[in-house]
Amino acid sequence: MRVMAQMAMVMNLDKCIGCHTCSVTCKQAWTNRTGVEYVWFNNVETRPGQGYPRRYEDQDTWKGGWKLNKRGRPALKAGGRFKKLITIFSNPVLPSLDDYYEPWTYDYATLTNAPLQERTPVARPKSLITGKDMKISWSANWDDDLGGSAATSEQDVLLSEVSQKITFEFEQTFMFYLPRICEHCLNPSCAASCPSGAIYKRTEDGIVLVDQDRCRGWRMCVTGCPYKKVYFNHRTGKAEKCTFCFPRVEVGLPTVCSETCVGRLRYLGLVLYDADQVLEAASTPDEKGLYEAQRQVFLDPSDQAVVREAERAGIPRDWIEAARRSPIHALINTYKVALPLHPEYRTLPMVWYIPPLSPVVDAVRDTGHDAEDHRNLFAAVDALRIPVDYLAQLFTAGDPAPVDTALRRLGAMRAYMRDINLGREPDASIPEAVGMGEEEMYDMYRLLALAKYEDRYVIPPAHAEQAHRLEELATECSLDYEGGPGMGGSGPFGETSGGAAPIAVENFHALRDRQTANTPAAPTDKATRVNLLNWDGKGSPPGLFPDRPTDGSSDADRDSDGEVEPKP
Amino acid sequence: MTAPAHASAFAAAAGTGGILLWVVLPYVALAVFVLGHIWRYRYDKFGWTTRSSQLYENRLLRIGSPLFHFGILVVLLGHIGGLVIPKSWTDAVGISEHTYHIGAVVLGTIAGVATLGGLAILIYRRRTVGPVFSATTRNDKAMYLSLTVTIALGLAATVAANAVGGGYDYRETVSPWFRSIFYVQPDPDLMAGAPILFQLHTISALLLFAAWPFTRLVHMLTAPVGYLTRPYIVYRSRDTRLGARPPRRGWERAGS
Repeated sequence: MRVMAQMAMVMNLDKCIGCHTCSVTCKQAWTNRTGVEYVWFNNVETRPGQGYPRRYEDQDTWKGGWKLNKRGRPALKAGGRFKKLITIFSNPVLPSLDDYYEPWTYDYATLTNAPLQERTPVARPKSLITGKDMKISWSANWDDDLGGSAATSEQDVLLSEVSQKITFEFEQTFMFYLPRICEHCLNPSCAASCPSGAIYKRTEDGIVLVDQDRCRGWRMCVTGCPYKKVYFNHRTGKAEKCTFCFPRVEVGLPTVCSETCVGRLRYLGLVLYDADQVLEAASTPDEKGLYEAQRQVFLDPSDQAVVREAERAGIPRDWIEAARRSPIHALINTYKVALPLHPEYRTLPMVWYIPPLSPVVDAVRDTGHDAEDHRNLFAAVDALRIPVDYLAQLFTAGDPAPVDTALRRLGAMRAYMRDINLGREPDASIPEAVGMGEEEMYDMYRLLALAKYEDRYVIPPAHAEQAHRLEELATECSLDYEGGPGMGGSGPFGETSGGAAPIAVENFHALRDRQTANTPAAPTDKATRVNLLNWDGKGSPPGLFPDRPTDGSSDADRDSDGEVEPKP
Repeated sequence: MTAPAHASAFAAAAGTGGILLWVVLPYVALAVFVLGHIWRYRYDKFGWTTRSSQLYENRLLRIGSPLFHFGILVVLLGHIGGLVIPKSWTDAVGISEHTYHIGAVVLGTIAGVATLGGLAILIYRRRTVGPVFSATTRNDKAMYLSLTVTIALGLAATVAANAVGGGYDYRETVSPWFRSIFYVQPDPDLMAGAPILFQLHTISALLLFAAWPFTRLVHMLTAPVGYLTRPYIVYRSRDTRLGARPPRRGWERAGS
């Protein structure tokens, strides 16, 4: 047994309202720079739908993740080491920008610079790739809220698996949101695909990171990741991916996406697992057995043998304690309501999901029956094959049994808690019907429905003796790094050269540059720019209004306030 | 007394220009190449990348890039065979000059044409595809020029020598001169007699090597051959290197 700790996340999909706050705050924190405009470390997909990038789940096309070779061992689906090196000069299965979308900005300057004219000036979309005018035809959320409609259902990879002959009747439609980040897999195929060895898994907390100093831009990781959560920064020529907000997690703060989640649906915590069993679990012959196999890799932090081994492996005492209180461990192993996303990719993903009961509840409510009654809900879980099979395609490689179990437990919790909330006698037979005790059901309710901050996020900080080296703690001068303060502009070898700036400083400068720039990417018109940030509110900043004409004839058009009559 | 006498005889034979071109320039280029890479690796690891533009355009790249890269790898092997391995060695294993020459010309021409063709496709792509062109720096343009001139001169030297006469046996002149650089006994006379195209090819190559560490060509030195032997999943500890720089002196972690 080789115990390792892993920071993991669980998302409760029933609570996701698809507000995209997580995506926006993540983007603002991590990918608001040039070169990563199209990059969404966190995105929220409407399901059924195509996802981002489009149809990324179609591994016959994209060749992500692992498959079993003839000897029954996991092998990279896109080809092993030799094939990778042979195709290194042109990756044959790299998604193009069309599969994502062409990022753009708006020419906001015309709104203030445009001369007086008959029609209101408009800010035209400008491509951030070519810098030219463009017609917007797709983006990261173009099919938002179109779940199950004819517009997107034909494009959904999973629906074709569920049934060849689904005709989406209006009554059969269902929809839910699926927020996605990097899975920080136990068996990461992106890391395995990296020729340079730049992608690594941290031994302390299992976060998968790209070493920006070692990445050489061979682009194999983009293909290797079946979730398409490694992106290529086309300006720096380096791969970038979700960092699990490691500078925050290290000091005990939740990730930005979790912290800002309006629905409070994200859970963060530690999982202890046996690293020696990872390969064996990833080699499970039957895809449908992968969910159970991965659960077997996780260790019980209350088990004294596990604690002993963990201490021998150098895991600090407070981390073991945190693993014991981990909501992730509870949701995955105790309540068994959390399921992995696409276990059939054999990467052993570590961001799990509580499947949404809402398609079932909605269906029951629409029939006029009591949608809080466990018997109705159980019957509906059995009857509504399309949503359940769809969820099974998503979370259990097509095996509906674990999805059934999870949905029944959620339904039972609903029915059981209604009795308590209405002041009626709680019905012990309801938890019993789903194999749970009353106490256990109430605890699950506290974790899922009340979801207190300290219950949702159990993050042991990295150790104090390392504190001064942690990125976001300013015990050393935050501007004191190679090259000194005043990052920005180009190094001697183009956009990317020179040392990397600390993350906090980089964001500060990037934000400032963004906020004071009027043009996409590289501003070339500094002379004509209007900087409202430096404006003290008195008078008008230079360049905000067109110069007043000085000849006498136009004065006649002007009234005493200096306003100009609009011309017809 | 012997040393100055030797030096003056040296200068008399090759001329000052010869010494500058075939003794000074190679050593300067070599020094810049080595020290430049060390400097770049120390101070600009983040800029050490292929800067791939595959995301912008794939149709032309799919043909041009492998054509160029595999071509230039064969060219590299050919240069090692021609420059580094002495003629006496190939004679010793029974390869006649004629056999060697036929092999070198056929392989070299095919590889040269593939390289130049691939390069032409890549340069055409770089100029005509908008996003690729706007991602091209002045540094890139200078590098492309230098690379193209060097490759074209090299191919021209081979083709011209074989078209005019029965080929030029550079293994009698250029190759011993090349090795003499590394013996630290440079002999400029050997180069002084070589055909003008070979001389020009050598000079442009030396200039390219001097510019090498400061261009995107550095990606060649980090060709990921280690991938063939390393384990698939890399584990690294947080402690070894956190943040964007190593800890300052006096701030190292206690006990490490």
